[in-house]
Amino acid sequence: MKYFVPLLITAATVVLIAIAWVNSGGMERERMRSSRTPEEAVRLLLTQAQARNWDRARALLANSSDVEKSALIADLAGSNGSLLTFANLENFDLWPLHKTDREASMRVKLHYSTAVGPLEDVRDLKVLHEGEAWRVVWPTTTATKVAPQVIPVNYLRWDIINRGAEDDWGVQNVDSPQVRILSMNALQRLDRIVIVGEVVNEDTVPAYVNVGATLLRPDGSTFAQESSFDKVSHTLLPKQVSPYRIDFPEARMNQVKSVRMDVKSLLVAASADPVIEVSDQRLQTDALGKKVLLGQLLNQSGQVVNIPHVVAAYYDDSGKVIWVSDGYVDQALLPQIPVPFAVDLPDDVAPKVHNYHVSVNYFNVNRS
Amino acid sequence: MRLLLASVLIPFSLLICGAAAELRGPAQVTAGNPVSLASTGTGSGKGTFYLTGPGQASKRTVTLGDEIQVHGDEVEHAGRYTAVVCDGRKCAATHFFVRAAEPAKVSLLVHPSRVRVAQPNAISAVAFVFDKFRNLVLSPAQVDFKASPKQGPAVSQTRPTQNGVTWIRLTSATKEGPAKIGASLGKASELRVVQQVASEACNLRIKPEWNAGKFFVETEPVRDCNGNAVSDGTVVSFTKVDASGKTTVDAPIKRGVARVEMPIKGSAKILVASGVVTGNELSVEGRQ
Repeated sequence: MKYFVPLLITAATVVLIAIAWVNSGGMERERMRSSRTPEEAVRLLLTQAQARNWDRARALLANSSDVEKSALIADLAGSNGSLLTFANLENFDLWPLHKTDREASMRVKLHYSTAVGPLEDVRDLKVLHEGEAWRVVWPTTTATKVAPQVIPVNYLRWDIINRGAEDDWGVQNVDSPQVRILSMNALQRLDRIVIVGEVVNEDTVPAYVNVGATLLRPDGSTFAQESSFDKVSHTLLPKQVSPYRIDFPEARMNQVKSVRMDVKSLLVAASADPVIEVSDQRLQTDALGKKVLLGQLLNQSGQVVNIPHVVAAYYDDSGKVIWVSDGYVDQALLPQIPVPFAVDLPDDVAPKVHNYHVSVNYFNVNRS
Repeated sequence: MRLLLASVLIPFSLLICGAAAELRGPAQVTAGNPVSLASTGTGSGKGTFYLTGPGQASKRTVTLGDEIQVHGDEVEHAGRYTAVVCDGRKCAATHFFVRAAEPAKVSLLVHPSRVRVAQPNAISAVAFVFDKFRNLVLSPAQVDFKASPKQGPAVSQTRPTQNGVTWIRLTSATKEGPAKIGASLGKASELRVVQQVASEACNLRIKPEWNAGKFFVETEPVRDCNGNAVSDGTVVSFTKVDASGKTTVDAPIKRGVARVEMPIKGSAKILVASGVVTGNELSVEGRQ
């Protein structure tokens, strides 16, 4: 009897540890060590990537001798302060595309949680049957490197000296930049009202811009108030135009009589560098059947752009803005190296698109 | 604490003031000048003197029956003052106004700090006249405004103040550059600078250029309709449409022109815009 309680506690502890191990995916990890199917091979690889066990992940590859560990990390966890370096691989979905006895193709959709919200990445992976197990062939992308060189950059930079606290009240301060809303279009979407348009900095100094909108009821009272948040290029250089989009979830047009627009601008220190070229822009249907605007970003300056952000405006044949979409690019822009981007647009909007304009915003680790 | 004491004691003292007690002084004095108050009918011996006014409260012991001297530094702020003298049983009170002293300082508000060229009545300059104690001088005074553009003669105008304020409106010059706007009154003067900047680009034109096998597009010097060079840093958007799709580059003007390198495949159409202004269109053929 005197051993009953210690034995009971020991048994309960063992059971609890076992439950925790199963819940943490231990059973699945153990089952997948063998990778008896292509799906298991991809799952095992991505599970190791989730755990940031890069040595183990690399060892699982069919072409591990061709893939450097740093390249695998850069592919799945980012590099150079890119968005993926501030992200976690939360989970993933798998679809088999094609399978024979020797090889298979798997489509994987990676779901990252990032500092700017969820991010999805779709990849097609080749899986080979080697001996008893299946192994993933990781795409070997030879990272383009720029030859060591000096890139002279002599674009303008604007710095500001504001009025000091001890100055007399009459001492002149520098005015806020003049910005103007060029267009505004209110759209009723399935579950929301969306306001899209463009804003321009008409001044000769840089502006930090935020566009807000207030929906007014028929009696003039405020129904809802929202701002463009990150669906705008906040820092606008002189004469630069940016699209904006403001979403009002759960709002219906019949609840609203009018919209009051409000654009706020602040004078900020900024640099005309870097210049980012947006090339090869085209509308296409992607592998998942979604309409997307594709293109490439090329950083023409000599400094790394950590987190590029693409904001695209779409126009109908009369030149009216009919949609604005945005997307963060998960790779950093290294000097002179093109990086692809894709932003999606709704299927019902795509046929009406006659033209589009892409602007690139960016966030840097050391400065924005 | 002194203000609290004064605000409690003075109304109380006024309530109990006897009809016989009297304190006399001038109805109006100039800020910073000493004042002499005569106390009569309040007995003799020691009494307590209270003085309250805008930003001012003081208390001291005085000899009743003598002239009560209010020092200049006690009446520096313009406005209504109340003086009370009490002998322990009764109090006497009087009021007087302190007006601003001679104009000694001009505060100048000029708006905006940047303005496009050739904008009618776009600049406003407002002058406030103060004395040496920072009291607004309400009596009329003549303020001389002077605007000096970067090029051309200075323009002067004299305006009288009304209730301490006067203003002018100015049209910006047709040439860019800083304009100095000053206001003076006697020895007091203030100077502000308004930056006059070029307006929208006018006749925005681009030209092609092949250099070492690379294709460049460059604007002609970008100027507004008055011939002023548009500020460096102003963004010019280049758009190229060719077989590979559409390419856009937002390039800032540098030393008067904006220039970008654009690889082309086959025939390409190149457009240019700056803000809401569009320029000419180029059709170019790629080289093998």
